[in-house]
Amino acid sequence: MPHPPAHAAIDRPNSYIGRSVPRPNARRLVEGRGHFTDDLPTTPRTLHVAFLRSPYPHARIAGLDLAAARALPGVALVATGADIAAVCTPWVGVLTHFAGLKSAPQYPLAIDRAVWLGEPIIAVAATTRAIAEDAIDLIGIDYEELPAVTDIDAALAPGAPVIHPHLGDNLAFRLRLDSGDVDAAFAAAHTVVEDDFHFNRHTPVTLETRSILADYDPATQRLTVCQSTQTPYQMQEVYARHFAIPAANVRVIAGDVGGSFGMKLHVYGDEMATVALSIMLRRPVKFVADRLESFVSDIHARAHRVRARMALAADGSITAMAVDDTTGIGPYSAYPRTSAVEGNQAVRLMGGPYRHRAYRGSLQVVFQNKAMMSQYRAVGHPIACAVTEALVDRAAAALGLDAIDIRRRNLLTDDAYPYTSPTGYVFERLSHHQCLDLLERSCDYAALRRDQQAARQRGVCRGIGIAAFIEITSPGPAFYGVGGAPITAQDGCVMQLDPSGAVRVQVSVTEQGQGTEAIMAQIAASAFGVALDRVRVVTGDTETTPYGGATWASRGAAIGGETVLLTGHALRQQCLALAAAILQTQPQTLDIVDGRVVDAADGQERISVAELARIAYFRPDTLPPGIQPQLVAARNHVPRDQPFAFTNGIQASHVEVDTETGFVRLLGHWVVEDCGRIINPLLVDEQIRGGVVQGIGAALFEECLYSPEGQILNATLADYLVPMAGEIPDIHVAHVETPTLLTQLGAKGAGEAGTAGAAAAVLNAVNDALRPLGAQLSELPLTPQRILAALGRV
Amino acid sequence: MSSETVAVTLRVNGETTTQMVAPRTHLADLLRGRLGLTGTHLGCEHGVCGACTVFIDGATARACLVLAVQSDGAVVETVEGLTDAADPTLRALQEAFVARNALQCGFCTPGMLATAVELLRETPAPSRAAIRERISGNYCRCTGYHAIVDAIETAALRLAGHEPR
Repeated sequence: MPHPPAHAAIDRPNSYIGRSVPRPNARRLVEGRGHFTDDLPTTPRTLHVAFLRSPYPHARIAGLDLAAARALPGVALVATGADIAAVCTPWVGVLTHFAGLKSAPQYPLAIDRAVWLGEPIIAVAATTRAIAEDAIDLIGIDYEELPAVTDIDAALAPGAPVIHPHLGDNLAFRLRLDSGDVDAAFAAAHTVVEDDFHFNRHTPVTLETRSILADYDPATQRLTVCQSTQTPYQMQEVYARHFAIPAANVRVIAGDVGGSFGMKLHVYGDEMATVALSIMLRRPVKFVADRLESFVSDIHARAHRVRARMALAADGSITAMAVDDTTGIGPYSAYPRTSAVEGNQAVRLMGGPYRHRAYRGSLQVVFQNKAMMSQYRAVGHPIACAVTEALVDRAAAALGLDAIDIRRRNLLTDDAYPYTSPTGYVFERLSHHQCLDLLERSCDYAALRRDQQAARQRGVCRGIGIAAFIEITSPGPAFYGVGGAPITAQDGCVMQLDPSGAVRVQVSVTEQGQGTEAIMAQIAASAFGVALDRVRVVTGDTETTPYGGATWASRGAAIGGETVLLTGHALRQQCLALAAAILQTQPQTLDIVDGRVVDAADGQERISVAELARIAYFRPDTLPPGIQPQLVAARNHVPRDQPFAFTNGIQASHVEVDTETGFVRLLGHWVVEDCGRIINPLLVDEQIRGGVVQGIGAALFEECLYSPEGQILNATLADYLVPMAGEIPDIHVAHVETPTLLTQLGAKGAGEAGTAGAAAAVLNAVNDALRPLGAQLSELPLTPQRILAALGRV
Repeated sequence: MSSETVAVTLRVNGETTTQMVAPRTHLADLLRGRLGLTGTHLGCEHGVCGACTVFIDGATARACLVLAVQSDGAVVETVEGLTDAADPTLRALQEAFVARNALQCGFCTPGMLATAVELLRETPAPSRAAIRERISGNYCRCTGYHAIVDAIETAALRLAGHEPR
């Protein structure tokens, strides 16, 4: 394996990279001084919006009586879908690089026909949200209920009602991958394991609901939107396109964002309608989703049925894998990132950690009359991981192999890189075997197995589940830009030396609690050479930060971080040139360390950065002739050497299953993860842990329950089960660090690794516990009812 | 239906205030909308998530489940007030939460801190299991809870005069 290059910022004296420093914005949040969108001061002119939402999964709007609602004191406007459509053009959630992907034009509010339960139909703007809700109650509306297609097979059956008749059928997208001789591998297999896996819908449940405050100024044609979003620049482009306002006139501000997880980067009709109302009414207009409407209007996630097979040789080598994934996405493909990425990644990630060369994957993406489904943390990964790892465990059981041993036999070796997977992914440098070895030690696997045997003697069912995974991170333009979406893969940074000697960093990546601002400050401080408390990071405002992709797909540290590193180096060179002119020496003989310009050779201080800044700003008359101090540096950075990066890791879950009640008790969870260069161990561990618990939620608790007719049955936080502290174990995190060689920083990304593998580990642990009883589950979440059914007890 | 208002007098963070409110206004809306105390967050408005947890007459309560008119005459304390009053239990928890990165987005944090303050006032040295049990009425979607449990444990040790491990 090649040696990593010298990491200038990392090896420097007093580098903050790799150090656990607290986040500068945490203090504000623990004192209740957050600036979430709903916390922002509003003027008395501000109007508040409520929506009438469809109570049917599919219905024609047969009659409307808006007179009473419009007459209610305090109501400024009652707007129909047609009213809103007059100022907002529809969108279509397709990308050209998904050949054949189709969707229908989607309007902010339903016009004539609603296609999912929860689709907004009428918007009311009033002086308070309560009055707007009162007005909703006064709306007379007649529905003609239409046949709903909810089941994915029924939606594709001949003669099924077609949700968008002009599209011809309910199949949004189809994909087939074929690599190696799959049929021959299965024909020659010693052992074949197979099953149908079901992954039921769940939803992100950010604790802060979607929130937006739009203010249109007709005098200057300027639109200002304060929004709980992870992608301010993407939303700027969306508003410019669909409201015909020059993008330069649109400002999007994301203050504190109360959780996002991929849910707050999609375009939602109710948010677009809120902007439309501000334009129509020439007033500030605010919408904050309540929890009940969040359940039926936020994107849902996953929703897959996967028929999967794996072929193995007698020695336990995996020789082939074949999967058939059908995923239901609701009535439209989401905009602007589509609802095809989830399935696309699921079928391309299947078997990803392993060495086999024969793979066949097929994908069907299906329209249905349910809430929209699209990207959520670890897009497609938990599906691929759970299917693959469940089959690996079944193969191990069939062949009499241990769960660790079969993985050690099949994982890509650590000297195999660069490696191109059967689905076309290129892995630059992964570390599966190092991670497996470390996991085996950190969870004391042998002890867990002994505990399992001892427990069985007592009649207690305990299980251990292992799940290896890969994670896609740091996407370049191949992700969205090539498909025609106005979503940039680059980031931008502007860094200024202030007159006080402090450094201001304006950067396009955004903060939703990951610690973006902290790690950008660490990188800037290290690259330039000042103390951390001399750095201030500005994010989340299109007016005050350079253009960039922001935060999604675990890209912040890798792409945004590299951008800040390069900018810090540039500013350092500029300041060294200035210092050299003042000190009458050559810049290369100097360095900046801890806020001091020093001789590079012996570290002797020559001038402080603060003094340099003072001279540059206030006494340039004292500089040598012709010197123009350059105190601002700017850089852009986009990954050019690979379409996206990959990380890897492995998880273990230890569970106890109560075979009388079907309840699962989590006894422990371990993660070994390789995100490349670690910038802040404290923050990266918490990214992993938080991601794991979202995966545990999918494994055991979270499910959007629908009746066959398309009614959602548990759309309250009392009925939908979010993981609580009491049922979650301590989560032990360890790292292998294999920096990417394609950047100076070496960071790869970590935001989704926890979610990618956690559900698979829990699934395997429960099945491991139940294996002596002959029971096996392949549907998530693993509810007590499903477990008792698998045990034949209900 | 929305024009009738009722006078409510309560003591919030040490200051007495009288507000005219519609009977349906809940306490969280009064705190946030009228008094600008936006540290009290609304995550569900049906009493599940715990983001709106405040102290009413010395005990924690869900401000979304209490009508403003019910709090007439009550003493209400929010994260802002306890911070300004330098409440020692809250102070220890805040220090530990920041040092341990026991918050990410920070939306649940004020409510989580209120619950933790009450726990540590009642139980100076709770076990990890007792901490997990007590904060199970406060949802956090970001951290996975482990760091929060660590931070509460650390704060308890500090308050008891022990240096944490």
